[in-house]
Amino acid sequence: MMIEVSNLTKRYAGRTAVDDISFTVERGEIVGLLGPNGAGKSTTMRVLSGFMPATSGTVRVAGLDVFHDSDAVRRHIGYMPENNPLYHEMRVREYLKYRARLKGLGWKQTRDRVSVVMEQCGLTDVSRRIIGQLSKGYKQRVGLADALVHEPDLIILDEPTIGLDPQQIRSVRALIKSLAGKHTVLISTHILPEVEMMCGRVLIMLDGKVLASDTPENLQRRMAGGSQIIAEIAAPEAALRAAWQTLTDVAHFDVSPMDGDFFRCAFTPQNGEDLRPVISSTAFANGWTLRELTRSRYSLEDIYVQVTRPVTETEETE
Amino acid sequence: MTIFWALLRRELGTFFLSWTGYVIIAAVTLLTGGSFIQLISALSTNPWPMPVTQMFFGTYFIWSIIILTAPMITMRLFSLEKASGTFETLMTTQVSDLQVVIAKFMAAVIMYMVIWLPLLLDLFIINQYSNQAHAMDYSIIGGMYLGIFLTGGLFLSFGCLASALTRSQMVAAMVSVAFSFGQFILAWWVKNQSFSADDGWQSQILSRLNLMDQMIDFARGVVDTRTVIFYLTTTFLFLFLTLRVVESRRWK
Repeated sequence: MMIEVSNLTKRYAGRTAVDDISFTVERGEIVGLLGPNGAGKSTTMRVLSGFMPATSGTVRVAGLDVFHDSDAVRRHIGYMPENNPLYHEMRVREYLKYRARLKGLGWKQTRDRVSVVMEQCGLTDVSRRIIGQLSKGYKQRVGLADALVHEPDLIILDEPTIGLDPQQIRSVRALIKSLAGKHTVLISTHILPEVEMMCGRVLIMLDGKVLASDTPENLQRRMAGGSQIIAEIAAPEAALRAAWQTLTDVAHFDVSPMDGDFFRCAFTPQNGEDLRPVISSTAFANGWTLRELTRSRYSLEDIYVQVTRPVTETEETE
Repeated sequence: MTIFWALLRRELGTFFLSWTGYVIIAAVTLLTGGSFIQLISALSTNPWPMPVTQMFFGTYFIWSIIILTAPMITMRLFSLEKASGTFETLMTTQVSDLQVVIAKFMAAVIMYMVIWLPLLLDLFIINQYSNQAHAMDYSIIGGMYLGIFLTGGLFLSFGCLASALTRSQMVAAMVSVAFSFGQFILAWWVKNQSFSADDGWQSQILSRLNLMDQMIDFARGVVDTRTVIFYLTTTFLFLFLTLRVVESRRWK
């Protein structure tokens, strides 16, 4: 177990940023922390990184308490805060060397590791450039290289792709994906496709609470209970209705005439069951012409909107 | 220890690898140069009334350097890191709060002492071209630099505290300028009170607060242990408070 968060609460003066959340992250996972701005993602990460303590609850990283064994925990964590703060007057190699020293690496180790991470993050060509003069994509890579330089088990990245152009986003994502397996990665973002592309698991946060925690696929499956399956079949209407009556796992179906002999059959499955195989085999068994069979899949975006909707709407009406 | 040196090197690097350091050095050299000219014209007409170092501290330029440089050096130390967010990356490495505070303070002191080096050159020139070599000897120069070091320590440690308290460099600078000005107004007030030795402990303490006369004593080569202890304890007090402010993120 890489991260164990139990009943974590963080209150700032008069405001609860994180409200009694619990979750665990296994070694080698890439987990996305998804939620709108102000949901408590950054606060959670700050507590995890040991920058500030929790108001209550415990956070353990690699089995160590982040507050009581802060020094030991920090050795295990590579943390890139929001907006990727860097010393803009320093040169890339100089900065990474400095950071490596602060993280307790020896002289030789520092030299070796800095070369390795610069290679890994594609910074070798700009090693002597001043950070302030680099493009945003390169700056982001410097931040990533910094997070990686002491070979941490856990990498915490707060909005790693924010403000980058599509090309830069792709390269940063590829870099993060390449860390899978060797490192455990916790990423926060409010960009949905990012999570779908990179993360093995998603935690959806809203107003300081974790609303859902699952793989992107499972979340989609769970939400698929409300999705529909559409089939366009040429057959006598009565025969169609009779056939669909016998199907189990169908909560509701609807048959409506279309052009020519075709009927549009809409199914609402029970328990998110995928009805497509049984529909197509029924059509083939009866010798009916099946011209379309689709399932309207919920994207993570729909799930996200659905999960976070009620509260945001009440906020808007206030 | 390697962590401490890395911190110190970086702090010094920001002074000496950027414009800030050199602009401050240039400004200070200009001001000491002003004192130098004032001094030369005084020396050309009058006989030596006192050591040259003491005469330097009779000019206003020197006092303005003492008041203004410390805030200029310390204002960015913590507040810039807090504003840019690097404070977070800094404090999530293996560094301790104490290491950060001491490294930043030490870098500020080194910078401050470097700023005063051109004055040495002025003194050297006077010494070289006057026929009264005894007017200025090494113990007097040592005393003067000790005085500069101690007052500097006091103002720099307060500057560290001011910088640690805010995210705004401007606020940090204003607060520490106000502090140094306040010290001088206090010194001026104490000077006009004419305390005597049997006035009780309150006035004994107040008389310690007369920074101007103490500095002039140092410049004459007179080192009073009580004054040294006063400066060192107040410096440590402000550094301790700075450390508590840096730690305070853990209490919130």
